[in-house]
Amino acid sequence: MYTAVVLLPLLGAIAAGLFAPWLKDRGSQIVSCGAVGLSALLSLPIFYQVALHGQSRTIELFTWIQSGAFEFVWAVKFDTLSAVMVLVVSVVSSMIHVYSVGYMAHDKSIPRFMAYLNLFTFFMLALVTADNFGQLFFGWEGVGLASYLLIGFWYDRPSANAAAIKAFLVNRIGDFGFALGIMGVFLVFGSVQFDTVFAAVPGKANDMMNFLGYQVPAITTLCLLLFVGAMGKSAQLGLHTWLPDAMEGPTPVSALIHAATMVTAGVFMVARLSPMFEYAPAALAVVTVVGASTALFAASVGLVQNDIKRVIAYSTCSQLGYMFFAAGVSAYGVAIFHLMTHAFFKALLFLVSGSVIHALSGEQDMRKMGGLRRTIPITYALMWIGSLALAGIPFFAGYWSKDAILDAAWGAHSGVGTYAFWLGIGAALMTAFYSWRLIFMTFHGDTRADHHVMEHAHESPNVMLYPLYVLAAGAVLAGMIGHHFFVGGGQEQFWGESIKVLPQHDALEAGHHAPFWVQWLPVAVAIIGIGIAYGLYIRNPELPRQLAARFKPLYFFLLNKWYFDELYDLLFVNPAHRLGLSLWKKGDGDIIDGYGPDGIAATTVRLARRASLLQTGYIYHYAFAMLIGVVVLATAAWYLLGRAG
Amino acid sequence: MTHDWPFLLSLVTFLPLFGAAFIFLVSGEAEVVARNARWVALWTSLATFVLSLLLWAGFDTSSAGFQFVEHRNWLPALGITYHMGVDGISLLFVLLSTFLTPLCVLASWEAIEVRVKEFMIAFLVLETLMVGMFCALDLILFYVFFEGVLIPMFLIIGIWGGARRVYSAFKFFLFTLAGSVLLLLAILAMYYEAETTDIPTLLGYKFPIAMQTWLWLAFFASFAVKVPMWPVHTWLPDAHVEAPTAGSVILAGVLLKMGAYGFLRFSLPMLPEASLYFTPFIYTLSIIAIIYTSLVALAQEDMKKLIAYSSVAHMGFVTLGIFTGVAQGVTGALFQMLSHGVVSGALFLIVGVVYDRMHSREITRYAGLVHRMPVYAFVFMVMMLASVGLPGTSGFVGEFLVLVGAFQSNTWAALLATSGIILGAAYMLYLYRRVIFGELTREDLKHILDLNRREVAVFAPLVLVVLWMGIYPKPFLDVFNPSVENLVARYQAAIAENAVATPKTQRMATERPQGKVDG
Repeated sequence: MYTAVVLLPLLGAIAAGLFAPWLKDRGSQIVSCGAVGLSALLSLPIFYQVALHGQSRTIELFTWIQSGAFEFVWAVKFDTLSAVMVLVVSVVSSMIHVYSVGYMAHDKSIPRFMAYLNLFTFFMLALVTADNFGQLFFGWEGVGLASYLLIGFWYDRPSANAAAIKAFLVNRIGDFGFALGIMGVFLVFGSVQFDTVFAAVPGKANDMMNFLGYQVPAITTLCLLLFVGAMGKSAQLGLHTWLPDAMEGPTPVSALIHAATMVTAGVFMVARLSPMFEYAPAALAVVTVVGASTALFAASVGLVQNDIKRVIAYSTCSQLGYMFFAAGVSAYGVAIFHLMTHAFFKALLFLVSGSVIHALSGEQDMRKMGGLRRTIPITYALMWIGSLALAGIPFFAGYWSKDAILDAAWGAHSGVGTYAFWLGIGAALMTAFYSWRLIFMTFHGDTRADHHVMEHAHESPNVMLYPLYVLAAGAVLAGMIGHHFFVGGGQEQFWGESIKVLPQHDALEAGHHAPFWVQWLPVAVAIIGIGIAYGLYIRNPELPRQLAARFKPLYFFLLNKWYFDELYDLLFVNPAHRLGLSLWKKGDGDIIDGYGPDGIAATTVRLARRASLLQTGYIYHYAFAMLIGVVVLATAAWYLLGRAG
Repeated sequence: MTHDWPFLLSLVTFLPLFGAAFIFLVSGEAEVVARNARWVALWTSLATFVLSLLLWAGFDTSSAGFQFVEHRNWLPALGITYHMGVDGISLLFVLLSTFLTPLCVLASWEAIEVRVKEFMIAFLVLETLMVGMFCALDLILFYVFFEGVLIPMFLIIGIWGGARRVYSAFKFFLFTLAGSVLLLLAILAMYYEAETTDIPTLLGYKFPIAMQTWLWLAFFASFAVKVPMWPVHTWLPDAHVEAPTAGSVILAGVLLKMGAYGFLRFSLPMLPEASLYFTPFIYTLSIIAIIYTSLVALAQEDMKKLIAYSSVAHMGFVTLGIFTGVAQGVTGALFQMLSHGVVSGALFLIVGVVYDRMHSREITRYAGLVHRMPVYAFVFMVMMLASVGLPGTSGFVGEFLVLVGAFQSNTWAALLATSGIILGAAYMLYLYRRVIFGELTREDLKHILDLNRREVAVFAPLVLVVLWMGIYPKPFLDVFNPSVENLVARYQAAIAENAVATPKTQRMATERPQGKVDG
């Protein structure tokens, strides 16, 4: 059962992909939805046994790579952390599979799409059930591959291809750090098995290691290297540029990969490695600062975007920041709690925006929407539910988890914790604002779409709506149900061995005793944010344009996403191409070949011409050359042997 | 096991030569001769492959020594013998050669139209020489095979190559020959010093330190060109561009491994002190190779050149791994050699497929091939992913083990080499996007055909092997591990012993590594 959960989607992918000519569209949909649906069903009893009854287990399948003491193993590890992840991944994934049947109904390569989705689910499950760094890396790069394939799914579009490559490469930059981290772990611990490494961490807490010629604290360095990987995968500040572009992929992909599951892998990694991070306070501080900065940065960019999916994409980026700074103050359980609630309401938001796009025949620009609340009322209601959960309005799912995060940041009573708290409050204000900006621009006011589009605007079919109801139920209830286990009184028993928090790091507990204003400030700013959005987009719709004109530099700074892309193009992308070209033409062509073979050949020809002035006949020429050669060789040999003897 | 198969190794080595002789005797109408030559070459190479599988089946993976050994007098006056055998380091390269040859014959089925008979003869002779090279346990015998390989390859490029084939063939020949002369000198010097050319005996011989340095440099001159290491790599792109597809496959698949094999068979075990002394030098060249050629690959306009440059970068990982002198590094290097043999061979075949159809290798000539050639796009995707070292493909295993090995000896080397995984992904994805994705707009591409049955038969085994090596590499690693552990243990012991015995050399050996690549 445990192995089947992970392998079923792989079998589904192989079947749907390779046997597409026989299965046809309908067959591949049934196979792939069936495989993931079965996984989701199986994950329920597993969750019950492992998470609620504390029966963790690891099943080793077979050796993957082994050389000396270095060993990667294929295994499925189920403890509370992975059981939660498996449940979230398989349930959300199966909902999105079903939704895709409707959303992609008119596409010409349905089997390929379903196979990719299955493949992604397999890699993600392999990632969360890894019991060693090797399989974690396998799943890690595997989901990156699936993401690449799905972002570039519509391969006719140049923009989709560019976004796909960008996603893969930026992730590879993260993986560069991750890979070095794994190598370092092997060097320091002599193993890459989680349990072995974790058991050895306390004993090596103060060890130093040589890295790039410097003596540095071992655990902190390793954690920071590994965190670079997490930053890439989870689109944190600096390595976030691929995520908004990834919206080129079909909307179900954005919901599954770029909101609910894959991008949270970095958070999962930090939680999984909590026994290491706990002994690296400096690394935790970095995690906190990066997370908090990303939360605020992404929210600020989200304020002014006009593409409906990009608003939600930046929102995802921002929420991932929350999860990271929660982990950074050692509140790993809270981070995973937010990961879980976020998976439901963010998948919901994406799929609802997909319904809007579907209704408007592919239109994504909010400036060409408006007034849709009567045309597609169910979608409108679902969008409200998702947004209420995202903004953290009581008692929707996001309220429980986001509140707990901010409490924990406050409860950390540290400089970085306070920094994270205030940035988190600022981001919460912006979150509420851009969410209702989105609602008002899309559903309220007069329509700005042309009438051809509006004539065709229609509510989505049931196959798309039912998954939305399930996710909406999660967005309403997940917080209430999960609160007790993830962060409340039952949390210690619930997490068991899977997450480690040192007693002196218990920000979560301190957060429970935060003052009244700390607990209610997030809700207050959320309501203020909604109020501002209402004022700007309903009461006084001209005001946003005037503000944009008044604060033009700031507006463009935000609209162009703080100019990160331009900066990277200038610093890395263009120089790499130019350098490659000049190394090829100048380095290889002019220098190596010029002085090497071509130069020697030219010189030989010149010398030969001169020699041939003295003598003509080729035979003499060869004999002469051979003679010289023999003399040189004999001299060299004599010299060599003479010295050696 | 050895007793059961007294002639098996010789049979594997020389069966292709018999096939070549048979083809040579065929005469008659040109059409008939060509057809017979193709079929004889295919069956001979397939039979050779099956026989070589018996080698693997009968190989004792618990032993680090040479197996299937054959020992006969050859030139008794000089003490030179016909001595053949395989160990964990060489066995799988014999298999790589016998595996790729039938695929090359199949790939040349229609692509080679002139002098088919001669082409097939050259190819089978080439196979004998390659297999012999990996099995030879006598220096002179090794040298004969090692240099002999150049001749058929030179002919294959020079006769069946593209427009600038003569320039390329000579460049290839001159570069490699320059090294060969020094190699011969080194072999003679070893013979005079140790009074034997028997490789197993030489593996136990301790050469004086001063002599090691000279011998090492002479070997280096020959092997570095073959690998090829930066900066003596410029013959490779030219040779690849002009060579026919099958020539490129063997060149990238097997011939590039000869240099690295030489380092492992001779430099590291026979000249350990010199190897340690020159390690920073090798590291520097390897890292330059990885970064420099990856950047150059990014700027290429010709598909074959791009893959040729990527080969140089991948072989940079191999040389890096060999000289780490630790088990993971050396095993990784061997695995990377094997994987690169399959993957780069497959990539050249992939280019060959569209070249056969459109007679162009220019990247801008193509776009949107996925619309007409989905199966081709799939195969290309698998090989591209293997080339960028995605976990689950063969490319990951070797690369990662090399880096794990490198990290133990030098973190700077590991860091810089790891950046190669980013650059490697960049040029391959960029290539794939330009050729496969996008809209299909060119008129003449609108009727291009997907892989036919013969081509599927060529690619199916390659795809399966790449995935097998990536997901369950244990059968391969089991072959490598005992021999590698033995090699590494002896290497480390020799260094340690020398460090105790001669403090002066020890200083020399440890001072030098504090150069610019040391971490």
